[in-house]
Amino acid sequence: MTTVPVPFRKKFAWGGLAFKIVVTLAYLFLLAPLLIVFVISFSSNQYLSFPPKGFTLDWYKALPEQTQFIEGLQTSLLTATITTIIVLLIAVPATLALDRYDFKGKGALAGLFLSPLLVPTIVLALGLVIVLGPLGLTNTYASIVIGHIAITVPYVVRTTLMSLQTSDTSCEEAARVLGAHGGTVFWRVTLPIIRPGVIAGAVMAFIVSFDEAVISLFVAESGRPTLPVQVLRYVENSADAVVAALSVILILFSVVIVVIVERVVGLRNAL
Amino acid sequence: MSATQTLASVEGTGPHRASGEQERRTKKRNRRIALALVIPGILGIGVTFLFPLVYMIRMAFNEGSGNGIVVETFTFATILDPLTDSYYWKVTFDTFLMGLVVGLLCIVVSYPIALFLSRTQSKWMGLLLAAALAPLLTSAVVRTYGWMVLLGDDGLVNSTLLGVGLIDSPIRMANSMSGVVIGLVEIFMPYAILAMMSGFGRISTQLEEAAGSLGANKAKVFFRVTFPLSLPGVLTAFLLVFVLSISTFVTPRLLGGGVVQVLATEIYDQATGLLNWPFAAALALILLVLFGAVISVYQALIKKIGG
Repeated sequence: MTTVPVPFRKKFAWGGLAFKIVVTLAYLFLLAPLLIVFVISFSSNQYLSFPPKGFTLDWYKALPEQTQFIEGLQTSLLTATITTIIVLLIAVPATLALDRYDFKGKGALAGLFLSPLLVPTIVLALGLVIVLGPLGLTNTYASIVIGHIAITVPYVVRTTLMSLQTSDTSCEEAARVLGAHGGTVFWRVTLPIIRPGVIAGAVMAFIVSFDEAVISLFVAESGRPTLPVQVLRYVENSADAVVAALSVILILFSVVIVVIVERVVGLRNAL
Repeated sequence: MSATQTLASVEGTGPHRASGEQERRTKKRNRRIALALVIPGILGIGVTFLFPLVYMIRMAFNEGSGNGIVVETFTFATILDPLTDSYYWKVTFDTFLMGLVVGLLCIVVSYPIALFLSRTQSKWMGLLLAAALAPLLTSAVVRTYGWMVLLGDDGLVNSTLLGVGLIDSPIRMANSMSGVVIGLVEIFMPYAILAMMSGFGRISTQLEEAAGSLGANKAKVFFRVTFPLSLPGVLTAFLLVFVLSISTFVTPRLLGGGVVQVLATEIYDQATGLLNWPFAAALALILLVLFGAVISVYQALIKKIGG
């Protein structure tokens, strides 16, 4: 042990027992709905009541029979994938321009790409349904994808920008000096360097699109709605634990996503 | 000019080689490349974001009578409609109050976690951070459902209280504003934690140590040093949660059980139930104005306390 003058212990201690209890309670509150969903999904009670009278896997077994959830899952996976691809194609080049090139109105443009996060989703959802309705585009996959582009762009821009800003440009310069063209430099040098940021952005875009309920509800309420919309409808009308079983699966899915994002860029940088 | 000099002079602003005429030409070329790179993004955001917003604002100046009938005109009548109706004043007030209460409570419960996460040296730090932020990646529908289970008349909270004998009949929490507030506080905690953590990160722990070594006890250090210095982060977190609360739809809809009416649920009812788009747009405009007002107040406050 090193001898340090007493007042300068390693840090001012926030480790008091009272503080620890408060933090634990706050965590409990934060995680309560997720924990409860987990418990209720194995409960044999017919309705959502407490305490559980027994253990059952029936709710999980009932899931494949719920065709609306299977259909919703298909819609959600499809639209989230297409959204992610489109957003990557438009946001990554734009972010590259924002960081590597100088032009007028750069700051304003950066603001524009991040601004969808500042506008209430419900307001955007209304605007979208008003525009798409008369065009006959509501209740289609296209409407869901169009609705999710704006709200996912900021995530890709943010994570990609972070990778670009922290990366070393000397490799790109070396490639150029050695005669590589712009496209080659991008595919062979820049993209491999910023890959973590792009992957994290893609994962975030996918999960945001996959989880989004409000825009989807406005632009595609009937037809083949997304999974969150189906769940919302189901929960509005019936009170059993099928949704709990589904939720547990979705929560596990997010845990996998969290682990991926945390490994690639760190969760704090992506959110 | 040697290659090394070129390398040193560029500093990540695209390729350019020699001086004079050639440099001008490269500059022009670079501008063109940059333009080509940003155009798809601008188009994407323009079509899916700016245009719908502008169109929606324009819609608020049309006249509508439900069932999707829109009279193209330019009138203030549609906007004045909710403003002269006491019901919508109440809905707007309820929305505002809900945002305020959720914001304050959310700060109170998130502050300890944020402080803990930015000060801890625990080896579980990564896991604890993930646990605090992970709920953000779970659908609001799922988490609201969790709260419906917790707060229902047969839910965990009521069954426990009944079992212990603290109450004789279940407290009505689901299908009420209090239930919506509880749910929203939890749902927005990760945002508040993130916002406050970036604020705490800027506070020098040396100030706390100095205060401690000069004889202040823990409570005094907290209230005289840590808390005042954390105010900008707290304010940012509050604004974020407030702004998210007043525009949220899923939780008031599900946990409110049709009893709780806020601007977002009204907009939904008008837009998809009654198909009165101009009126829905007018309500959305009120929401946007509320938004803008709160953000301006925030910016003035931040300037004052020097964030």
